[in-house]
Amino acid sequence: MKRVYVNEKWCLGCHLCEYNCAFANSGKIDMALALKDKPIYPRIHIDGDEKVPFAISCRHCTDPICVKSCISGALKSKDGVITVDKERCVGCLTCILVCPYGALTEGNDGVATKCELCIENSCESPACAAGCPNGAIVYEER
Amino acid sequence: MSEYVIIGNGAAAAGCIEGIRSVDRKTPITVISKENRPAYCRPLISYYLEGKAVPERIGYREADFYQKNACNVLYGKSALSVDGEKKYVTLDSGETLPYTALCIAAGSSPIMLPIAGIEKVKKLFTFMTLDDATAIKEAVGKESRVLIIGAGLIGLKCAEGLCESVKSIAVCDLAARVLSSILDDECAALMQKKLEEHNASFMLGDTVEGFEENEALMRSGKKVGFDIVIMAAGVRPNTSAAKTAGAEVNRGIIVNDRMESTVRGIYAAGDCAEGMDISLGARRVLAILPNAYMQGYCAGVNMAGGEYVFDKGIPMNAIGFFGLHALSAGSYFTKEQGGEIYEERSEGKIRRLFTKDNRLCGFMFIGDTDKIGIYTSLIRDRVPLDTINFDLLKKSATFAAFSPEIRGKKFGGVV
Repeated sequence: MKRVYVNEKWCLGCHLCEYNCAFANSGKIDMALALKDKPIYPRIHIDGDEKVPFAISCRHCTDPICVKSCISGALKSKDGVITVDKERCVGCLTCILVCPYGALTEGNDGVATKCELCIENSCESPACAAGCPNGAIVYEER
Repeated sequence: MSEYVIIGNGAAAAGCIEGIRSVDRKTPITVISKENRPAYCRPLISYYLEGKAVPERIGYREADFYQKNACNVLYGKSALSVDGEKKYVTLDSGETLPYTALCIAAGSSPIMLPIAGIEKVKKLFTFMTLDDATAIKEAVGKESRVLIIGAGLIGLKCAEGLCESVKSIAVCDLAARVLSSILDDECAALMQKKLEEHNASFMLGDTVEGFEENEALMRSGKKVGFDIVIMAAGVRPNTSAAKTAGAEVNRGIIVNDRMESTVRGIYAAGDCAEGMDISLGARRVLAILPNAYMQGYCAGVNMAGGEYVFDKGIPMNAIGFFGLHALSAGSYFTKEQGGEIYEERSEGKIRRLFTKDNRLCGFMFIGDTDKIGIYTSLIRDRVPLDTINFDLLKKSATFAAFSPEIRGKKFGGVV
């Protein structure tokens, strides 16, 4: 299955992926309207330091501990893609506690937020990869 | 006939069913369910109390789960005894069920403190099941004064669930702090304050000596009026069936890392089992949902003839009140026990890391959740701290603490 991978050699740490992600999942059609002067809740995050920055997001593990640990049945694996049912999530943050990849965060609505490979929004493929200016983020099979 | 039997129908049982079915698609599974409903997300009963969850939507699995997995669920029945030699379970109804492999996933029961005069209390509840929550919901009103005995996870989640809908909530506990099993004094005080801001009051280091119909006499001499009492003074693993089979039982049913009890063919998982806590280096009951599921899954695979080891059990707790989250995991060792503590703090935030023998063994974070799972995985994987840049991790959670090679493994391929 295709997943998002980041080649840290090429990552500039420009944070554009964070904005593209937040916009893609905002449900808005205008980027400025969606993001300007607002706190953003992207599902991909720049980690590392100035010398070696790199973006991290959900690995869509084959043996996902977040799904096994979810107390509300909100996290599910559908054909390998790990998704959050926002209606069911109660925001206990157990998934954040257990994810070894630091891939989940608390969203603006207090519920768990994570990369769903842009499957639930209107993008055709992950917006982070599509908009990466240096080709560091790719969406491919490995 | 060859058959699997599971005593219990919670998260551990669901894990067990999924574990069995990952190996064996056919052999029938019989599930003995004390409660009259499919497995549900037990921790959600406090959210139901609060009105944030509804019973129709708290199923732990899809509606067709048992059917799809060829399970026969016996609702409203309990296992009385197990014959480990002849391999059958006797139910309270008198029926017997033969098994080839048995998993005891019977959970735990609330401890009822034998307080003088307790029979005079008309509205006395425990807070363990969906039925308990429904009964409490029906019993309380805007004018209710609620007394909760026990300031652990169960008592405090119950307090949170009720505090907006009743007149007052008083919580007592013999311990000197709230959440005494997972937090230290200072962290506990922060969580307590959050609840106090929302209508709850606390009597710590104090307990009820005797009851009148609507009044509790405390050990401190204080008198507390109430309309409703909720007993949340801890739980006891349900081990009676295992004992009849001759399995070794300490607090819980002793299991190895394949979830086998000391009796051949009998496995145990979840709140009734006592398995290894690798952060402590000793067995203990780890009564948390993730552990129940993972132990259950492990038991299931092995029951069906597969090979599965669960050797990563540690305590892990995420508890939040009104937006303030306390996340903790592992075990804490004092200086005298050879442990070290690293601390970072800022306004409303505390981060404490506990190390011992070149390993992270525990942490306690308040108000900071960023990539916190990095620390949990360091404990679960027993990562030697001198192989990473632990000094960076003391300050903040970052994968910069790992070498490019390790990062490549974590992020560069399928995991």
